Amino acid sequence: MEILKQLREEGRTQDMQALLNHIPFASFLGVEIDRKGNEITTILPFRDELVGNPVLPALHGGVIGAFLEITSVIQLLYDTQCERLPKTVDISIDYLRSGRAVETYGRAIVTRQGRRIANVRAEIWQEEIDKSVAASHGHFLMTPV
Amino acid sequence: MSDLASTIPAFGQAIGLEYRDTVDGMVTLCVPYAEHLIGDPDTGVIHGGVITAALDNGSGWAVRVTEGWDLDMAMATLDLRIDYMKPSAPGEDLLIRAECYKRTKNIAFIRAVAYNSDPEDPVATSVAAFMLGTLNQPRV
Repeated sequence: MEILKQLREEGRTQDMQALLNHIPFASFLGVEIDRKGNEITTILPFRDELVGNPVLPALHGGVIGAFLEITSVIQLLYDTQCERLPKTVDISIDYLRSGRAVETYGRAIVTRQGRRIANVRAEIWQEEIDKSVAASHGHFLMTPV
Repeated sequence: MSDLASTIPAFGQAIGLEYRDTVDGMVTLCVPYAEHLIGDPDTGVIHGGVITAALDNGSGWAVRVTEGWDLDMAMATLDLRIDYMKPSAPGEDLLIRAECYKRTKNIAFIRAVAYNSDPEDPVATSVAAFMLGTLNQPRV
């Protein structure tokens, strides 16, 4: 991927926000990054377009799924040197409680990094970190540098 | 369902989700290709999250068309597992087909497939479980 190569050449491999800004769908969702050392938190500000159930209101299940996937990929790109964006092979999402109309945060852990496949777990929450809104577990196909 | 458009939630509309038809309990939806859905700017392939959103929305829709479904009843996705088989072809529409193959009092089970032109050659497949009769009232 051009942007990955460019960031590597500029010595900005840790600039995950620059990478996200190059992914139209991530920009469209409005995902932001907060990095403290090697700890990355993804942030999804709320806006009306992200609603799936207008009565509650609650975030769309697809928004939650997409945010978990982006959180997983960002952590994976931070932890590894990649030539291209990892390809999602599968992702399994547990919806734990409905996503409220507020800001959402996400974190992921690469549980196993093989030569070709990485195993990543992600969790998202809102006001309280102990009350997860959703959790996921996915496999990603890597193209190492 | 008298007003189908009104059953597409805000985020479904944001990704351009359209209803096609329902044949024998099989719901077909379409996500026309659009720039803001791209996940890989080098190839123009749409993001996996778009597919997730469309499969989730299609799966819920498949529950709503089951016999005897009360449209006032709410539901919530319990889990969703997606297998990605190949990238969605750049420039092509993404179609979703979803079918609720079992509905119990509390839970509905749904299979769905995402494809470009041939459902036998999928972009992704999913299985989902939805919890039924969740409280659909504004939060206090």
